[in-house]
Amino acid sequence: MASFNLNINGKEMQVDVDPSTPMLWVLREHLSLVGTKYGCGIAQCGACTVHLNGTAVRSCQLPVSSVGEQEITTIEGLSGNGDHPVQKAWLEVDVPQCGYCQAGQIMNAAAFLKSNPNPSDAEIDSAMNGNICRCGTYVRIKKAIKIAAETAGS
Amino acid sequence: MGRRMFIQSSTLAGGGLVLGFNWLASCKREPEVVGLQMPGEWYEMNAYLKIGDNGVVTIMSPNPEIGQNVKTSMPMIVAEELDVDWGNVIVEQAPLKTDAFTWQVAGGSRSIANGWEPLRMAGATARQMLKEAAAKAWQVPVGEITASEGVLSHESSGKSAGYGEMASAAAKIPVPEEVTLKEPKDYKIIGTSRRNVDGKKIVTGQPLYGLDYRQEGMLIAMPVHAPAFGMKLKSFDATDAKAMPGIKDVFAINLYNENFPRGGFDHSVFDEIIIVLGNTTWEVMQAKKALKIEWEKADDVAVDMQFFGNPMTLKHPAGLESTQVHKEQMNLLNSKPGKLVRKDGNPEAAFRNAAKVIERTYSCPFLAHNTMEPMNFFANVTADKAELVGPIQTPEWTEPAAAARLGLPLEKVDIMMTRMGGGFGRRLYGHFVVEAAAISQQVGAPVKLVYTREDDMSQGTYRPAYLATYRAALDKDNKLTAFHVRAGGIPESPLFANRFPAGAIDNYLAEDWTIDSNITTGAFRAPRSNFIAGAEQSFLDEVAEAMGKDPIELRLELLDRAMKDPVGEGNDYEADRYAGVLKLVKEKSGWGQEQGNVHRGVSAYFCHDSYVAQVLDLVMDNEKPVVERVCCAIDCGIVINPDAATNLAEGGIVDGIGHAMYSQLTFKDGVVEQQNFDKYRLIRHSEAPRNIDVHFVDNEIAPTGLGEPPFPPVMGALANAMYKATGTRYYDQPFISPQQKRVIG
Repeated sequence: MASFNLNINGKEMQVDVDPSTPMLWVLREHLSLVGTKYGCGIAQCGACTVHLNGTAVRSCQLPVSSVGEQEITTIEGLSGNGDHPVQKAWLEVDVPQCGYCQAGQIMNAAAFLKSNPNPSDAEIDSAMNGNICRCGTYVRIKKAIKIAAETAGS
Repeated sequence: MGRRMFIQSSTLAGGGLVLGFNWLASCKREPEVVGLQMPGEWYEMNAYLKIGDNGVVTIMSPNPEIGQNVKTSMPMIVAEELDVDWGNVIVEQAPLKTDAFTWQVAGGSRSIANGWEPLRMAGATARQMLKEAAAKAWQVPVGEITASEGVLSHESSGKSAGYGEMASAAAKIPVPEEVTLKEPKDYKIIGTSRRNVDGKKIVTGQPLYGLDYRQEGMLIAMPVHAPAFGMKLKSFDATDAKAMPGIKDVFAINLYNENFPRGGFDHSVFDEIIIVLGNTTWEVMQAKKALKIEWEKADDVAVDMQFFGNPMTLKHPAGLESTQVHKEQMNLLNSKPGKLVRKDGNPEAAFRNAAKVIERTYSCPFLAHNTMEPMNFFANVTADKAELVGPIQTPEWTEPAAAARLGLPLEKVDIMMTRMGGGFGRRLYGHFVVEAAAISQQVGAPVKLVYTREDDMSQGTYRPAYLATYRAALDKDNKLTAFHVRAGGIPESPLFANRFPAGAIDNYLAEDWTIDSNITTGAFRAPRSNFIAGAEQSFLDEVAEAMGKDPIELRLELLDRAMKDPVGEGNDYEADRYAGVLKLVKEKSGWGQEQGNVHRGVSAYFCHDSYVAQVLDLVMDNEKPVVERVCCAIDCGIVINPDAATNLAEGGIVDGIGHAMYSQLTFKDGVVEQQNFDKYRLIRHSEAPRNIDVHFVDNEIAPTGLGEPPFPPVMGALANAMYKATGTRYYDQPFISPQQKRVIG
């Protein structure tokens, strides 16, 4: 066990955990931020995606000891009131079915659009391919990403 | 609509009851979320709805939500008959209450179909009670009162009042025994698109799912089951694991005990599992790796169970099974006559006299459901009661099993439903609920049982492996004279002998066979249809080609025969509705007008009382098949929430393409060879169709299934388009094996 001071969603948070603990479980079980989801534990499904200094990472592969003072943003901290352009586009298109993977999809899409504000279809496919949606909402996710790109750009 | 009876439940008695909330906070759609003021008091009209003194209405969604969106569409039906502004509605997940609600199960695409009557009645009786309260208050005949969008009016006196003003009095009115339901032409909410009531919570990451649920003092339990089917626990040494940080206990536990009346939906072949119990998931995951376990080969297992009152014996023969051997066994059995299931005319003579016989064999592998949220459940069992919370498609079937296992009376066991991270049939099988309950009882603490992805994928309850051979006889004029299907699987047959094209061909023969296995299987989205539809629809494509006919025309001719002069007995489809979706998809897809580089396949199927036809357009991009568009026509009767229904159909199409193209679960010496998403291929973003357009037949038929019907036929449309694109017929799923192509990134 060791104590870690973390910067999560703009707040200082302290946890006392084994240094090998992935951020996924630190967020979910020590900080009650359960929007970040467990899907595979081996970085193959994208359900656990968070931002590390603004870049999308798989929190299941991110040991708490490696984070230091870097900024972590989770789905709960993406916007003040669920009004990030990507979240708004998701609601407009009514993307979710079961909804379980969507936090990861949104976090990945938000980071992607920051680096590529006007993506082509092929670029969206390539950026999103690591995020599985078992319900098959891929067509709507792509539509929502395009709407978010337009909204953010206008 | 005629006048309908509403079965009065015990919860309807004693109106005027002011209710407190005792439900999961995470399941509510709070007033502030939808911008509504909380009322001072709530008045319960019936189990489905209560009205606040300010006119805000809470509607309970009775059924489990697995992503099929019933949590929005079921309350929409109540709101329609209540005649209230949807913007004034708060939706809550109802508790499991089988005396008040009808069929609280998410399965068989039955939620809307089974709820159609009671949901409308709940709204309509409440509306009638409000009218009667207004009539009493205003001293006018009830027949002169109108109720619309939350307002009661009396035209000649000019009096009007909101539902909230009359709710207190209305709740004391005896529940009317009969009410008149609306005509479909008068619907204001049904047939209009309304957004997912949990949408905002989903996109902001609020707690909704079983895995998100926690209680003070809760421990995490994780299972270890045998590493192979056909193996069982011999002994284990947990000394090291128990010494690890955060670990509370390690013990073996049996799912079943002598009290346990197995009912088919609680079955696991891994009866005895090791449980590691600790403070946190990560600590328990580490301790699992430190266990020293000896496994041994299991004997033959025969499980007697009562399947909805019918005795059934499930046989799990001893042995370590492998996919290669399965294939040999299936081909061998399929080469011999099977059990005769249906015979019309004289198929043997027709095949003997045929000018040409077409024979093709199709197969598919086992599949894992792979819900994104792995199996989990919370249990807090004390001496006299059990509180169970989590994702389960069959709460009303699972509660009695848990009660029996715990030795508690049924009324002392409560299951609360959370939103589910996918179902697809996997969560019909509540063994994990019973396991969680048994663990909590044993350790005397609140416990959440959590499966890792690997535990989940290697546990069983798979889609069975199937094989089918089709034969068609053509005479010298290229006319179809006989049709033969022989199908089977491990451990069940995929055959639906009375479905199309039965009834459309004079000489018809259907037979099947099964092979017992110790690999457990279960219902997977559109069970059996999820294979046989694709096989049959691919075969019909080949028959049409051999006959020199357009594939849609051949189907329409067969359906015309089935309509005008059906062959045999018990045909379980309506040929005109079947033809209807084919005609609609023909029109909407622009069939016959395709461009040069677009390769098209068509398919149509009937299951879960609904009809679906699809045209799939495929283009080749550097030898890689790309699905450009899927055009889909559906007849599922009245559509409650069109955009959500479209979403569900889109999902079924993506799911069908994905599993037919990429997914398989294989075995070597009883071991599952794919235990996580690095080896198990699921369809990814880049492999989804570029466009999907969904068209619903507009009619006033009572709603039928939608979660499952769009899924099976697309596999046939895909195979038929692949043939057009490549010149090769695809008989064995997955069409592209993971070894051949890995298209990630």
